[in-house]
Amino acid sequence: MIRMRELRKDFTVRVKAGRLRRTKRTVSAVDGIDLTIEPGEMVGYIGPNGAGKSTTLKMLTGVLAPSSGEVSVFGLTPVPQRTRLALRIGVVFGQRSQLWWDLPLGESFRLLRHIYRVPPAEHETRLRRCRDLLDLDEFLDTPVRQLSLGQRMRGELTAALLHGPRVLFLDEPTIGLDVVSKQAVRSFLAELGASGDVTLVLTTHDLADIERLCDRLVVIDHGRVVHDGSIEALHARYGSRRSLVVDLDEPLPPDFALPGATVTGSAADGHRVTFALDGTSAGTAVAGLVAVASVRDLSVVEPDIEDVVARLYQAG
Amino acid sequence: MGELRAYAALAGGKWRSMLSYRASFAAELLSNVGATVLDVVTVFVLFRATAQIGGFTLAEAILMTGLTAFGFVLADMTVGNIDDLKRYVRTGQLDTMLTRPLPVLPQLVFTDLPLRKLLRLGFGATIYGIALAVNDVDWTVARVLLAAVVPVGAALFFGAIFVLTASFAFWWVESGEIGNGFTYGGRDFTSYPITVYSNWFRDLFAYTLGFGFVAYQPALALLGRTDPLGLPAWAGYVSPLVALPAVAIATAVWRTGIRHYRSTGS
Amino acid sequence: MWSGFRRYATYRQATIAGSFTNIVFGFLRCYVLLAVAAGAVGNRPGGYDVEQLATYVWVGQGLLAVTGIWGWTELADRIRTGDIASDLLRPVPPVVSYLAADLGRALHGTLTRFLGPVLVGLLFFPLASPHRWQTFPLFVLSVGLAVLGSFGCRFLVNATAYWLQDARGPQMLWTLGSGVLAGLYFPLRLLPEWLTVTLWVATPLPGLLQTPLDVLVERDSPALQAGLVALQAIWAVLLLWLASVVQRRAERKLVVQGG
Repeated sequence: MIRMRELRKDFTVRVKAGRLRRTKRTVSAVDGIDLTIEPGEMVGYIGPNGAGKSTTLKMLTGVLAPSSGEVSVFGLTPVPQRTRLALRIGVVFGQRSQLWWDLPLGESFRLLRHIYRVPPAEHETRLRRCRDLLDLDEFLDTPVRQLSLGQRMRGELTAALLHGPRVLFLDEPTIGLDVVSKQAVRSFLAELGASGDVTLVLTTHDLADIERLCDRLVVIDHGRVVHDGSIEALHARYGSRRSLVVDLDEPLPPDFALPGATVTGSAADGHRVTFALDGTSAGTAVAGLVAVASVRDLSVVEPDIEDVVARLYQAG
Repeated sequence: MGELRAYAALAGGKWRSMLSYRASFAAELLSNVGATVLDVVTVFVLFRATAQIGGFTLAEAILMTGLTAFGFVLADMTVGNIDDLKRYVRTGQLDTMLTRPLPVLPQLVFTDLPLRKLLRLGFGATIYGIALAVNDVDWTVARVLLAAVVPVGAALFFGAIFVLTASFAFWWVESGEIGNGFTYGGRDFTSYPITVYSNWFRDLFAYTLGFGFVAYQPALALLGRTDPLGLPAWAGYVSPLVALPAVAIATAVWRTGIRHYRSTGS
Repeated sequence: MWSGFRRYATYRQATIAGSFTNIVFGFLRCYVLLAVAAGAVGNRPGGYDVEQLATYVWVGQGLLAVTGIWGWTELADRIRTGDIASDLLRPVPPVVSYLAADLGRALHGTLTRFLGPVLVGLLFFPLASPHRWQTFPLFVLSVGLAVLGSFGCRFLVNATAYWLQDARGPQMLWTLGSGVLAGLYFPLRLLPEWLTVTLWVATPLPGLLQTPLDVLVERDSPALQAGLVALQAIWAVLLLWLASVVQRRAERKLVVQGG
């Protein structure tokens, strides 16, 4: 449904060279991306600042023309077929608003209905659903300029969905939001994705968005895809492991070994030991431990995706 | 049809936004009409010191001023706010417009339709009407037609200048006031008989850029005066046609500009 | 003040664009006024000869960016967004810190925007050169007072936002009135004398542009010129005093109502 082949975007930047002279330099913001996204997928797009996330999204939505390569969404080429494409996609740019600043939120929705030429009945059904899921009713009559960022983002999501797009592009949808609003936005998107009729493509800085929402993770760095797959696949590939932390009554004997796990840390004179699990399950490891030692307390620590991604960027 | 409703909705949104700042809207209406009133008052003040400017009387000059005011405000009302393109480019709002199912130029026009200039439009039309009445025009069919077409031609021409100068922003975001030199400067240029300018300046603005055909030449044709600068009498009758190449050039430059924006993401 | 200067120095492109526009309008106004002179009694409309008129126009275009009567909305914007609260926490009173920034802006305007139009005018038109020794220092003083007066007026216009929330209306009226009444579109001497005198005495506006220009082209006798500059000084002091009174009132209102 979404296809990118050898997609590139070069920008010319002027660099100061001396007091008055400036030289031109070409920078590839997107440097040959091949990616196919199928209907119903929920794809998280992450990468450090300037990696080319937003640029890719802009090429998918018809805002920017690619320098070379191909891109198609629903079989349409975004830039030349921009207005046709616009009717079928929803776009939320987290830092920009498509709402009318001085008008009540509900009024923006009404205007968008005309702009997207949505039949009144369809409009009503979709709006109803968003109002319920996003709790819009309490601020539907408030001018947008008076909304909190979280409320506004809920409005932006609704605005992007009113014409029933089959794919929703989100650029940093949770940026700057408070914890509660982030949760609200995430659970709404999760529900939307679970229903299966909308494909989600989102860029984010917040890996919690990805863990919560996306079954597919695309990591991009310097304009190239450095990882494409599930979060588990990322962990497997970069050897990040779950770990088991146990508190013991007595330190373990020095020759103790647990199959499928290695000791990575020891604290409180050996009363707290950390194992990294390489292949064995937490259950098997715990069973092996209680057989030889008295375990007072234990916890299983999930690998930190931020660490993995940080390592990924450093490698790239 | 669907598109027209969409534009009507955009204009309606602007209208209701205005109403949320009623006091400011009233002040804006007043100061806008005031600006055009001042342009006309300036002409009267200058004629206090002299009976003729550039060989034309007050009544004749007012015809040019009124024609300019009417045509300019007509253009300003419709596409004048395209000046804001700079802001849209800088803030990235242009991206939002590019994700909507409508062409960008009419979206820009209707999103920010400057309704506060309505009163000014009325004033411009009135001055033009009065100027036609006090000038003792020898009415013929051709002159009636000309009098009706000229403001439209002027509006198209100024509209083209607005679009052209706003398009600078695609290449040069910090173009700042440079466009004003041609839009408002052009308006000031055509408000007076072009005989007042020196040769090179007149050649540049009047004949190269085409501002001489906006008000001066048609006014001569309406007044039945021969051009002291030597163009034939029929020049006045065909001068509204200058709007056509202007609009064509403006459209082409705008399109190139949008393409440039999308390839550089300014 | 230096930070104000540096801030404006980063807008090099805007400076070029602004100068270009000033120059275009310089040509337009100058040609029209010279055409008026050609038909006026003794070729001296309003008592200016041709060289004085050309000087009036071109130096006026140069001074526009120095006195900066248009386009300052920073204070009103900060009031609207509530950022003004952080200004109140600083050890310097807002009027003083904004004035310092404005002097920086004026200095930058003098160095970058003043000379362009004047040089173009000199190149294309015969300009008047002063004959009296005191004209130059008096002109500098008068420009300085015009900067202060312009700041005072703009501060007051912006400060209406404390009460109106949205200062766009007053700002537009200011933009509309200040240009013509400061003598930008035509020298105020072309108006009937009673009106000119009234404007001069009853409003600060002629002091923002017309007075320094009249001083430079030596339109009046030395005594009258000194008098006009003194009038400018009175207005400048009055405006700054008003600005600080208004600001104190507004602060009290903010403290009482919590913004």
